[in-house]
Amino acid sequence: MDIGMYFKPPELTSGAFKVWRRNKDVFMKNAKLNLLPPFIEPLLYLFAMGFGLGMFIEEIDGVPYAKFIAPALISVSVMYGAFFECSYGSYVRMYYQKTFDAIIATPLSIEDVIIGELLWGATRSTISATLMLPVIALFGLITFPHSLLIIPFAFLAGLLFACLGMCIAAVTPNIMSINYPIMLFITPMFLFSGTFFPLNVLPEIVQYIALAILPLTHVVMIIRALTFGTPGLELLFNLAWIIGVCAIGFVVSVNMMKKRLVV
Amino acid sequence: MIYIPQVIVGKDVRKEFGEFTAVDSVAFSVDEGELFGFLGPNGAGKTTTMRMIQCISPMTSGTLEVFGMDVNSHQREIKFKMGVVPQENNLDPDFTVYENLFVFSRYFDIPENEAKKRVEELLEFVHLEEKRDTMTESLSGGMKRRLVLARALINKPRLLILDEPTVGLDPQSRHLMWDKLKGLKKQGVTIVLTTHYLEEASQLCDRLVIMDNGKILVEGSPRDLIQEHIGPAIVETDKDPNIISCLEAHQANYEVLGEEIQIYTDNPQEITDHLLSECKLKRVTARTATLEDVFLKLTGRKLRE
Ligand SMILES: Nc1ncnc2c1ncn2[C@@H]1O[C@H](COP(=O)(O)OP(=O)(O)OP(=O)(O)O)[C@@H](O)[C@H]1O
Ligand SMILES: [Mg+2]
Repeated sequence: MDIGMYFKPPELTSGAFKVWRRNKDVFMKNAKLNLLPPFIEPLLYLFAMGFGLGMFIEEIDGVPYAKFIAPALISVSVMYGAFFECSYGSYVRMYYQKTFDAIIATPLSIEDVIIGELLWGATRSTISATLMLPVIALFGLITFPHSLLIIPFAFLAGLLFACLGMCIAAVTPNIMSINYPIMLFITPMFLFSGTFFPLNVLPEIVQYIALAILPLTHVVMIIRALTFGTPGLELLFNLAWIIGVCAIGFVVSVNMMKKRLVV
Repeated sequence: MIYIPQVIVGKDVRKEFGEFTAVDSVAFSVDEGELFGFLGPNGAGKTTTMRMIQCISPMTSGTLEVFGMDVNSHQREIKFKMGVVPQENNLDPDFTVYENLFVFSRYFDIPENEAKKRVEELLEFVHLEEKRDTMTESLSGGMKRRLVLARALINKPRLLILDEPTVGLDPQSRHLMWDKLKGLKKQGVTIVLTTHYLEEASQLCDRLVIMDNGKILVEGSPRDLIQEHIGPAIVETDKDPNIISCLEAHQANYEVLGEEIQIYTDNPQEITDHLLSECKLKRVTARTATLEDVFLKLTGRKLRE
C-alpha cells in the first residue's frame, strides 16, 4: 500500500463550483425547510441550558452561563452542518442516488465532485452560523462587530468538519456504520471541547488531548473570543492548528474518496 | 478507397479487479458514423469495457484512444464530445425532469440560453414535455430511460455510448428508442451500444462483437456472422440417438442443444426432405438463422452466475 497516494494534491477547477451549485440548487428548492433549524435550535438550547441550567450555574469565569454557551452553540452547529452534509449527505448522493456516477460521465472529474461537496459542506456551516447570529444577538449574548468575523471563520471551520465527514463517507461499509465515528468522535467533541463547561475543569492530560485531537476545541476558543469581543494573539495558534489540519484533511479526504470511487 | 476515421481504437485493453480479469486483452475499433454493438452473456465484460471508453474506469493495461486521444490523459476533452446512457439509471432524484437536463447542461459549460433551448428540444425529442415538472422518481421505467437518453444528448455528442438502452422497455418504447438511434446515426453520430436483445442488435448494428469471459469471440456485421457461423438456415428436430447416428453418417453440420438437434444448412428444403426419408424424423422445422443462433452457438447455453 502506497501511503503517498493519499497526499497527492487534488486539482481545483471550476468544475467543483458546478457541483457546489447543484447542491445549492437542491438546498434552495427546500429553502424554508432547510433554513428553519438554525433559528430554532439555538432557541431550544438557550432556553434549556442557558436559562434552565443557568439558574443553577449562574456564572462561569465571571460570565453568565447563557453567554458562556452561546458561542458553543454556534461552534456545534458549524460542526454538525458540514459533518452531516459530507458524511450522510455525500454518502447518500454517492451510494443511493448515484449522483457522482452521473456527474463524472460529464467533463467534470471525480476530484471536482468531491471538492464541490466539501465546499458545499463548508457553506452549510456558514449558513447555519450566519442565521444563528441574529437570534443569539436578540438575547444580547454576543458582541459586535467582532462576532461578524464568525461568518468567514465558519467557512474555514466548516471545511475542516466537511473533510472529516468525507473521510468517513469514504471508508464506511454502509450508512448505519456512520454512527460509530459519531459516537466515538463527534459526540465526545460535542461534550469535551470546552463547549458547555470550561476545559480547565478537566484533568490536565485530558485538556492536552482535547487540544491535540479535537478540532472543535479550537473552533470554540476562537468563536468564544469573538462573541465575548476579546480576541487576542493567542488565537493565532488555534487558527494555525485549524488551517493545518484542514489542509491535510482536504487532500487526504479527496484521495480517500477517489480510492473508493475509481475502480 | 474512402478514408473513414476511427472514433474508438482499443488495443490489448485489459481490466483486472484484484485477481479477477474482467476484460482480457481485447482489441476493437469503431468507425465514425457507425453503430457498433457489444454483445455477450451476463458478466462478459461489456459494462467494464464501456466504462473504460467513458474514461471513468482506468485500464489495467493496453491502449485505448477515443477521437484519437488517450483515455488516460485527455478525459475532459473526450467527455466533452461524448454522451452516455449507463446501464443503471442515475437520474438526479433531487430534481424534476426539466431540472435534470438543465443542471446537466452546466456541467458541459453550455450557456444558459442555449441550454434552455436544447432542453425544450430534447423534451420534445423523447416525448416528455408533459412530465417536465415531475420529479424523476415518479416516472415510469420507460420514461426514465428516455430521459437518460435526452440527458446524454444535451451536449450534442459526436459519440454516444449506450449500455443496455432498451432494458425493461415495452415494445412501443423500444421501437421509439430504435427510431431515435437510427435518426441520430443519420446525423452522423457514432453509436456504441450493448444489448441482450439479439433482434435489436441485428436490426441496428452495422458491426458488433460477441464477448464472453472478458474476451471478444467474434466481430463482424450481423449478416456476415450468421453466414459464417450458422449458414442461412436451421433445421430443428428432437434429440434422439438414432437421428444423431444418421446425421453422423451423412456428415451433416449439426449441434445438440439441450433436448434439440439443430442442423445448419444452405438448403433447408433439401435437408428436410432428405432427413424425413433417410433418418425417419418425426418433427422437423426449418427456419432462417438468426443472430441468437450465433450467440448461443458461440457462448453455449450454460447459465452465467
Ligand atoms: N467493481 C468491480 N469489482 C470487482 N469485480 C467487478 C467490478 N465490476 C465488474 N466486476 C466483474 O467483472 C465482470 C464483468 O462485469 P460487467 O459488468 O462488465 O459485465 P457485463 O458484460 O456488463 O454484464 P451484464 O450483461 O450483466 O451487464 C463480472 O464478473 C463482474 O462481477
Ligand atoms: Mg453490463
